Amino acid sequence: MKTVFRRPESLANVATHYCPGCTHGVIHRLIAEAIDELGLRERTVGIAPVGCSVLAFNYFNFDFQEAAHGRAPAVATGIKRGRPDLIVFTYQGDGDLASIGMAEIVHAANRGEKFTVVFVNNAIYGMTGGQMAPTTMPGQVTTTSPAGRDVNLVGYPIRMCELLASLRTPGFIERVAVHHPKYIARAKRAIKQAFKYQAENRCFSFVECLSTCPTNWGLSPLKACKWLEENMMPYYPVKNFKTPEEVGSNSQALATDEPRRPSAAPVREPAARNHGEASHAG
Amino acid sequence: MAKVLMKGNEAIAESAIRAGGLCYFCYPITPQSEVAEYLSWRMPEVGGSFLQAESEVAVANMLYGAAGAGVRVWTTSSSPGISLMQEGLSYIAAAELPAVVVNIVRCGPGLGGILPSQCDYLQATKGGGHGDYRCLVYGPSSVQEAVDLMPLAFDRADRYRNPVIVVGDGMIGQMMEPVEFRRYEFPPLPSKDWATTGCKGRKPNVVNSLYLDPAKEEQLNIRMAQKYEKMKREEVRYEEFWTDRPYRVLLVAYGTTARICKTAIQKLAEQGIEAALLRPISLFPFPEEKVYELGQRAEWVMSVEMSMGQMLEDVRLAMGRTKPVYFYGRTGGMVPSPDEVVEAVKLHLERK
Ligand SMILES: Cc1ncc(C[n+]2csc(CCOP(=O)(O)OP(=O)(O)O)c2C)c(N)n1
Ligand code: SF4
Repeated sequence: MKTVFRRPESLANVATHYCPGCTHGVIHRLIAEAIDELGLRERTVGIAPVGCSVLAFNYFNFDFQEAAHGRAPAVATGIKRGRPDLIVFTYQGDGDLASIGMAEIVHAANRGEKFTVVFVNNAIYGMTGGQMAPTTMPGQVTTTSPAGRDVNLVGYPIRMCELLASLRTPGFIERVAVHHPKYIARAKRAIKQAFKYQAENRCFSFVECLSTCPTNWGLSPLKACKWLEENMMPYYPVKNFKTPEEVGSNSQALATDEPRRPSAAPVREPAARNHGEASHAG
Repeated sequence: MAKVLMKGNEAIAESAIRAGGLCYFCYPITPQSEVAEYLSWRMPEVGGSFLQAESEVAVANMLYGAAGAGVRVWTTSSSPGISLMQEGLSYIAAAELPAVVVNIVRCGPGLGGILPSQCDYLQATKGGGHGDYRCLVYGPSSVQEAVDLMPLAFDRADRYRNPVIVVGDGMIGQMMEPVEFRRYEFPPLPSKDWATTGCKGRKPNVVNSLYLDPAKEEQLNIRMAQKYEKMKREEVRYEEFWTDRPYRVLLVAYGTTARICKTAIQKLAEQGIEAALLRPISLFPFPEEKVYELGQRAEWVMSVEMSMGQMLEDVRLAMGRTKPVYFYGRTGGMVPSPDEVVEAVKLHLERK
């Protein structure tokens, strides 16, 4: 008999704690499939965030580290700088990545750290009970914006792909959605491509997954999928923003001009660097 | 190897490299930026990894990641930067990871100033971040001792799977002194079979500090406490000065202040006043039994510090109610002179 569907080896054989209809599980599976297909399992280290996916280390069948809230990109940087041979990815929610961890993600992307980020944007703080996130939609009701997000008071939702794509450093940046099979197939391709770039030691790679939180949105799983499509997708377009081959679409202004050499400050070519002064300590 | 004249900060950097500390993350802050500047060219030369991070918050979490992957990793900073690292240090302690942190202390609180101080004693020795943990803490009093303590710090971090803090003040970091890089031998270390190095040929490893089951969290805390008890039995380090002769006064001081106290004790002797010094080298574990033992032979004990009295609490705990314990300190970047210490001792003698 031909096997047409089975559990990827990279996925642990356990039940998750996610709410019924939550899309975290879908994203877990896509990651596991990508890692299996690329044959990376035995040298992969995942980083779990603080958020609903804090226990992700229980759901994957490879090495894992659990990071402090928002710090996963720093933890990943530490691993990659110390052990560049390992395949490292962070798995982060929108509160984790776009609020408390904003500095860490921007600088990791800007340094071009060669790890992969899977960013789960469900427009809310799931784990702590549905508070407003930096990605919460205008007018969206949460437990800390009971009258709906007021953009005059707290600004507009942050579009992380667009923000990161404006950086000059090459990278792979794509936004996908996981609420419907049509989009899931595309999400899988993006996640696999992200790991591929890492395995080739090419660049920083970042995949934002538009995701649902039926529990804290107060909607049935099906209605949550519809809400995502109607409310999130127009504001968060699903597309590729950047590949290492070309610089992203919304960074043309920055992309065209090479940074100009400051005339006053000394600039040294990397090759011409002189380490001779090392000898006194050697 | 012959002695070389080196600035404290650079000597610490070189010693760490020789101890295998080949992965270093940092964020610039006075008075220790020379460590980063030195390593920025020295690390590539020895095939190590140097990265200037976006903040000390990130640095501490980079330590966590690299340490979790089995890499010998370290950083240096100064007081405000060390405060920002406390989140990461708490996670490192909880996940039982080895890392070495050098704090070239400057005066505070707040932004404070850039001059030498010992005002981070309590932060270093009593945990510092949230939760029930301790770091192993060393307080060198010379550049040579800082050089000698770096290999020990790396070894003990690995051996105990615990963060180790080396507390120097701005004097130690900025001072030029002749140093010798010796060869240090340590017994073999247990293998890091817990590290996240890829699960080839074994079950997946998880580096974690989350325990939702209270019984398991308590077990972790108990295991960590046992580790600290072992440190108290086996890792106490100190130096005695002039305790081999009769003395009326026992001074307790560490780091730069201990050097000043030695001069003060010589000056006191010229005036016919006998004093001795106990210099803690390990600040945690604190040499409490030695303080008690030596304190019993004195009329009273005095803690001398560049703070408003922090180690004083440990000296008092060690002495109990057996003898009076006094304090003399300068702070804010003011370094006490030997004469000031002499006067402080005489003041208490006259009062008696
Ligand atoms: C320093 C710190 N601050 C706050 C928290 C509490 N906290 C836990 S999860 C979370 C929000 C997570 O939301 P998100 O990243 O959107 O992930 P989700 O739960 O929606 O998957 C917060 C604020 C914490 N653990 N640590
Ligand atoms: S609270 Fe929301 S994000 Fe968290 S598991 Fe439930 S549905 Fe998923």
